[in-house]
Amino acid sequence: MHNKTMTQLAHGLRSGEFSSVELTQAFLDRIKQHQELNAYITVNEDLALQEACAADIRLANGNPELLTGIPIAQKDIFCTEGVKTTCGSRMLDNFIAPYNATVVEKFNQAGAVMLGKLNMDEFAMGSSNETSHYGAVKNPWDTNTVPGGSSGGSAAAVAARLAIGATGTDTGGSIRQPAALCGITGLKPTYGRVSRYGMIAYASSLDQGGPMTRGAEDAAIMLQTMAGFDEKDSTSVDLPVPDYRAGLNNSLAGLKIGLPKEFFGEGLNSDVAVTLETAVNEYRKLGAEIREISMPNLNLAIPAYYVVAPAECSANLSRFDGVRYGYRCENPVDLTDLYTRSRGEGFGKEVKRRILMGTYALSAGYYDAYYIKAQKIRRLISEDFKNALAQVDVIMGPVTPTTAFGIGEKIGNPIEMYLSDIYTIAINLAGVPAMSIPAGFAQGKPVGLQIIGNYFAEDRLLNIAHQYQQVADWHLHIPKGFE
Amino acid sequence: MSLTTDEVKKIAHLARLGIDEQDVESYARDLSGMLDLMARMSELNTEGVDPMAHPMDQVQRLRADVVTEQDNREKFQAIAPQVEAGLYLVPKVIE
Repeated sequence: MHNKTMTQLAHGLRSGEFSSVELTQAFLDRIKQHQELNAYITVNEDLALQEACAADIRLANGNPELLTGIPIAQKDIFCTEGVKTTCGSRMLDNFIAPYNATVVEKFNQAGAVMLGKLNMDEFAMGSSNETSHYGAVKNPWDTNTVPGGSSGGSAAAVAARLAIGATGTDTGGSIRQPAALCGITGLKPTYGRVSRYGMIAYASSLDQGGPMTRGAEDAAIMLQTMAGFDEKDSTSVDLPVPDYRAGLNNSLAGLKIGLPKEFFGEGLNSDVAVTLETAVNEYRKLGAEIREISMPNLNLAIPAYYVVAPAECSANLSRFDGVRYGYRCENPVDLTDLYTRSRGEGFGKEVKRRILMGTYALSAGYYDAYYIKAQKIRRLISEDFKNALAQVDVIMGPVTPTTAFGIGEKIGNPIEMYLSDIYTIAINLAGVPAMSIPAGFAQGKPVGLQIIGNYFAEDRLLNIAHQYQQVADWHLHIPKGFE
Repeated sequence: MSLTTDEVKKIAHLARLGIDEQDVESYARDLSGMLDLMARMSELNTEGVDPMAHPMDQVQRLRADVVTEQDNREKFQAIAPQVEAGLYLVPKVIE
């Protein structure tokens, strides 16, 4: 059962081949069996089975939706009423949200079953899942390597078949990079497409939630449920949501693909480059026209991001003060001591580093030199995307410079870790949608191909991903030991 | 550009963020590394470029001035570290 697509499972549930309770139990058993991956922070067996039971009744009584009875899991950044939401942090180790995130609410309404909450880098700050208070997640393809981050638990769980699909969030690559390193499909939608209500904020002008699944068709199904205007999120965009599955089988004949020369230069591992070249060639066979383009300001995306994101993070995380919820230090002597120690003891090192950086960048005397300068560069980078997407339909490139690196390899050197986000970060600055799809293997480890589209062109991206997955079966490969 | 350990302590104070004395030096080193990375931004002339705060260039949406939220005080205070009589408790601020 655990290797079927969502459509196949929906069919099985309707034909009586298996019930949602049986399906859910099968996944709960697999989760137990593979605890060594550390993909989940919380597994709520009773709740999952209750939801499955309700789904079986709904399936029997008519009026089910496609996702009714299908077991998925939530990144532990989405607030779930009554179930612990930690955001991977000691700060929220005792936090039970008083309400559901809109995304969670939408999956509940669709009748999906929530298996549990997935491990992640603390407050989504990290590219390896090693900053989690709950320990590193292991990559099912090679358990000595990282699954990527920050949605590392989501990627590992989907790759290891510990959930059919999972949610992720992406501020600088946190859906696409782990999807690439774990050999699954991940979609970061256009900024504003998916509600951020109840999704714990890291950098509010960059954060966006999206689906992580094995194939593009499942991603389309999940996005269908997640997307849409939400009056509770003031940055949610009020545009109609297209039928994401309707265009999956459209032909790619005449599709114009741009390859930015800045994406294929120095720094890209040569085996990864060869794998990507083969994937791009597959698109040529599907009728696409490939041309080289240039996006001259991409090289400044990392410095601009590491001003903007920490600045927003330092403001957002000021809410964790030890007063209203979350961790509080013992025996504070005064109010300053309460704030300082609660935050000092509640946050891990990477989160502190970014709060310090952001506080510095926003402080008097440095604001123009760092924050305003970074915002100007952000404008130029976003214009690079606009210009490129006026010449071509989509942009393709690598997701990561290398395949999965070793656990412990980069955690001691934050700057080196930041530089590994080089191909994903600019997309968040511009706000355009992008996907990572499995494109083969290099040195036995998965390689992701990035597909970047115009604002609100998620349907086109899904179509392009799905067509590739009709002629290449990388997304069907199963890591050894997880068959 | 490099930050001194005193500067790091000052920033940590501004952020009301406790950091261990033994870690101050490594933060100074890491933040200095980040600042070096950011220094690359000065390579590009950005004169006359309009700063971009947000990908959508949206304006704030307005709504009718009517009550939409209900009183959730008890629910919200149930997860607070310390409350009494509907109030959040903190150490004494005024002597």
